[in-house]
Amino acid sequence: MTTATLTPTMPSKAALFEAQAVKAGARRNRLLSLPALIIIGIFGVLPLLIICVYSFLVAAPYGGVQWQFSTDAYLNFLFQRDIFDDTLQFTPDFLIIYLRSFLFAVVTTIICLLLGFPTAYFMATRPPAQRNWWVLLITIPFWSNLLVRTLAIMFIIRDEGLINNALLALGVIDKPITMLYTNFAIQLGLLYAFLPFMVLPLYSSLEKLDFRLIEAAYDLYATRRQVLWRVIIPLSKPGIIAGCLLVFIPALGAYVTPLILGGGVHLMIGDLIAQQFGSGRNWPLGCAQALILMAAVLVALFFYVRNTSGKVQHG
Amino acid sequence: MGIAFKKRVAAPQLPSRSAYGDNRTGTHLPPRAGSLNGVIVPEQPGKNAIEVRGVRKVFGTGENQVAALDTVSVSIRENEFFTLLGPSGCGKTTLLRLIAGFDFPSAGEILLHGQDIAPLPPFKRPVNTVFQNYALFPHMTVAQNIGFGLEMLGKPKGEIEARVAQMLKLVKMEALKARRTSQISGGQQQRVALARALAPQPKVLLLDEPLSALDYKLRKEMQIELKRLQHETGITFIFVTHDQEEALTMSDRIAVMSAGKILQVGTPRDIYDRPAERFVADFIGETNFLAGTVMSKKPGMATVKFASNATIAAGYPEGFDPTGEVTLVVRPEHADLVPDPAKGTIAGTLSNIVYFGTDTHYHVRLDGGENFIVRHQNSRSSPATYETGAKVGIQFEEDAARVLKD
Repeated sequence: MTTATLTPTMPSKAALFEAQAVKAGARRNRLLSLPALIIIGIFGVLPLLIICVYSFLVAAPYGGVQWQFSTDAYLNFLFQRDIFDDTLQFTPDFLIIYLRSFLFAVVTTIICLLLGFPTAYFMATRPPAQRNWWVLLITIPFWSNLLVRTLAIMFIIRDEGLINNALLALGVIDKPITMLYTNFAIQLGLLYAFLPFMVLPLYSSLEKLDFRLIEAAYDLYATRRQVLWRVIIPLSKPGIIAGCLLVFIPALGAYVTPLILGGGVHLMIGDLIAQQFGSGRNWPLGCAQALILMAAVLVALFFYVRNTSGKVQHG
Repeated sequence: MGIAFKKRVAAPQLPSRSAYGDNRTGTHLPPRAGSLNGVIVPEQPGKNAIEVRGVRKVFGTGENQVAALDTVSVSIRENEFFTLLGPSGCGKTTLLRLIAGFDFPSAGEILLHGQDIAPLPPFKRPVNTVFQNYALFPHMTVAQNIGFGLEMLGKPKGEIEARVAQMLKLVKMEALKARRTSQISGGQQQRVALARALAPQPKVLLLDEPLSALDYKLRKEMQIELKRLQHETGITFIFVTHDQEEALTMSDRIAVMSAGKILQVGTPRDIYDRPAERFVADFIGETNFLAGTVMSKKPGMATVKFASNATIAAGYPEGFDPTGEVTLVVRPEHADLVPDPAKGTIAGTLSNIVYFGTDTHYHVRLDGGENFIVRHQNSRSSPATYETGAKVGIQFEEDAARVLKD
């Protein structure tokens, strides 16, 4: 009889304590994540909302916005309003800049991958004590400002730069090869700036690779090429995906490199957007361009991740 | 006369190999000759599957040089279950890796059916390995893992599928063929690793401590399974282990290794009953060591005197000349207790009796101060006649004692 009366209360007490503990734990977790949430809110979500709102407003003559709803910013992306008859005419100028930027970013990603993979593999196959030194070497460029490094490239490739002077002195060429302010210069600058972002995730992925699997593949008649394609690359896919994202996205929005090495002649998206807030004095257009870029990246990302993760699944 | 001669050269009949030699499935390969996708195929099968000749393997350079293998020679016969047995660091895995092609010998040659394979990369040797940790490809299914070797050999798709199905059946893993290797248990991974290594029909299968990661019961099961697979496939197995019991129960022949050298090669019975060196006797099974002095000897047999003045006839290995102070070895089960100390060859006091279920160990402190263990198999009628502290004698069975090199 006593046990019958006791049993219902005992577990309920224990359950109460447990529920309280769970609640306290949840509260503590929320509290701990608060700083991160505040930072994301203030510096991520809020500016994005402002950009969204601004993109649907009208540009004020001297910068800033007038509080008047308009979709002109988005129309202006593809069309130009004729000053006289007010009709919309298709102008692909911005689209061309976007496509060119995409091309630059894609080429940068591919070349970074081709250069970065052997580098990362080399690093990952060194004795463990040596590896950290190689990581250190890879990160040395980060110690100085990107602007300074980009200017250094400028001094190397300009008409009176290191390369041209050396080639002239050796008599290989009679007049300097124009490299600065060309697409080549932008591409070189992008590769230089983003290669470490490819190497590091690849390295961290390859370092975890079980090299006994490579032995097993060799043992099962795989040649070196087959081992690479059938074992090493599929198993380092997470690193490849991370590296490609880390290179492609910032390369797409690169600002400093094309500005300095492209001389403002060969625009990329970053420069175009910056122009709208500067000399263009068209903030809504700048906001619309930024959002269109973001949407494009999200769509590209969606397909990229879906395809690559699918390949991992099917070996 | 002529007929007798013909009989002598006739090829020995091999046991039927149901898993492989079944032509009706249509998957049986035509006789291979020359080279298949760059993998060498020995032309004339000799008596020996693998011949290791004077192989040395040195790691490191200068002062840090370590000889992992010190001029090792051994022949492994076709269809043999051959075991390399020794403590860790004895060079057994190094020898296996040299045969597999993961490392290359510093000196010497390795012949596969008479052909030197030592300089070939692993993917050109018709030799496959079952790795200690299985090394299954985590990004492939069970079936894809098993088919990998055949795929790399460039076999047609239909043939690969048929062989994979055959292998899945052989290792009883049909139900799990679509699973990832991370979704199956250790024992199942072991089976997949075996199937993967057997699928390309290697001339020799190398097994690097494949059972060490399994628990005791599963290990026992896999030991029997391995023997069955070896019998059914007719492939030469080279098995590396540090577990002497495993080696004794599974092998046709065993090579006992220590410090980069092969100390003795022989059948399990040879190794156990007639160890060539003290290390072999000590490493395999339990052994009693007794000090004695050689009084006289004739070929293969020496008369040894104990401190107690008792003498005994003891065999000794070929190529060994025992003189003066020597060590005698006697297996615990080759000796017997007698209640009367005077009737034993040696005598002592029972210090401990340990009951093991199947048998009982009697620890005897000899009058000379040494310890001696007698193992007695239990039966329902065994009388418990002895008590600790009792004076007992120990009798040896005939040929029980051997004189060994230290």
